[in-house]
Amino acid sequence: MDDFGDLGAMHFDLLREVGNIGAGNAVTSLAKLLGHKVEMTVPAVNLVEFKDIANCLGGPESIVVGVLIQIYEDVQGFMMFLLPKESADTVLTAMMADYAPPAPAGEPYTPMQISALIEMGNILSSSYLGSLSMLTSLTMLPQPPLLSIDMANAILSVPMIEFGKVADKALFIESVFETGVGGISGFFLLIPDMPSFARILKSLGVG
Amino acid sequence: MQNNMIIVGMADLNATRSPGALTTLGLGSCVGIALYDSINKVAGLAHIMLPDSTQIKNNQNQAKFADTATIKLITDMQRLGAKKEYLKAKIAGGAQMFAFNSTNDSMRIGDRNVEATIKLLKGLNIPLLAMDTGESYGRTVELFAEDGRFLIKTIGHGSRHI
Repeated sequence: MDDFGDLGAMHFDLLREVGNIGAGNAVTSLAKLLGHKVEMTVPAVNLVEFKDIANCLGGPESIVVGVLIQIYEDVQGFMMFLLPKESADTVLTAMMADYAPPAPAGEPYTPMQISALIEMGNILSSSYLGSLSMLTSLTMLPQPPLLSIDMANAILSVPMIEFGKVADKALFIESVFETGVGGISGFFLLIPDMPSFARILKSLGVG
Repeated sequence: MQNNMIIVGMADLNATRSPGALTTLGLGSCVGIALYDSINKVAGLAHIMLPDSTQIKNNQNQAKFADTATIKLITDMQRLGAKKEYLKAKIAGGAQMFAFNSTNDSMRIGDRNVEATIKLLKGLNIPLLAMDTGESYGRTVELFAEDGRFLIKTIGHGSRHI
């Protein structure tokens, strides 16, 4: 595979299933963490031009909490977990209500809150990658998560630059989840590099 | 944001005459290169992702790289009446959005984009008047063709003209 242009409908279906299984497991972990039921929509496989990238995520300047996890071993690339700021506030309240009052709007997060969000990223990425490893028999290990709170475009620039080295478009698997109780919505992006995409597809029986 | 503002996306560039204005939203590790001819009042803005097109195999999109984007931007501005010898530059962006503690070169991409842009402008004899680069936060920029002012906006780190 030299370019994402070679991908056909069957590849997209398979990648969608990859997202379904990975995010499905992660969402189960999130539900346990929050003590709330969490719903997930059918994942979308997006092939978009760089200039349109943030339109998938509520606009280039919307404030999001981004948790970035580098993946290494058989599959290399990034996993990214994005929450609109309001959703992150809700998650923190659900996780930490007994320990800390929610931060007033516009205030930066405390170190304790940041560490809680990173831990959430840790739990979600481990369950996402763990289930994908089982499915594909490929080893994919997460580095410790890194956190940034900023404009969607600025956060997305990091994985997009990695794509930019090999392609003029970005391919990512997007899963949206929601919980009715707290009104949380968020996105998982699985962003393997080009050779790893080919490896995942091959492990699932298509080259 | 004024109504007639032209939005420049990631790996994209555009140019305009006074009273037009250009903006690019949420620069992270990418760099915004603003060029301005104050005599003919022509402005150009590029949102580049990578320092050098010669290091990369897949380099069709000229706006993706500092070197090819700047050349293309100058040509587009000349078409609108700008003269290369009047061009002056301001740049913004090149942040490190995540605190990677590795020395892995690909993780220093913000710095490398800035360094490459400075070197490139020097090579083209375009004076670099001001820069707002590095740190760990995103920037939205607006460039006004009327007077060349370059507005930097951030979340939680203020806004300023440079």
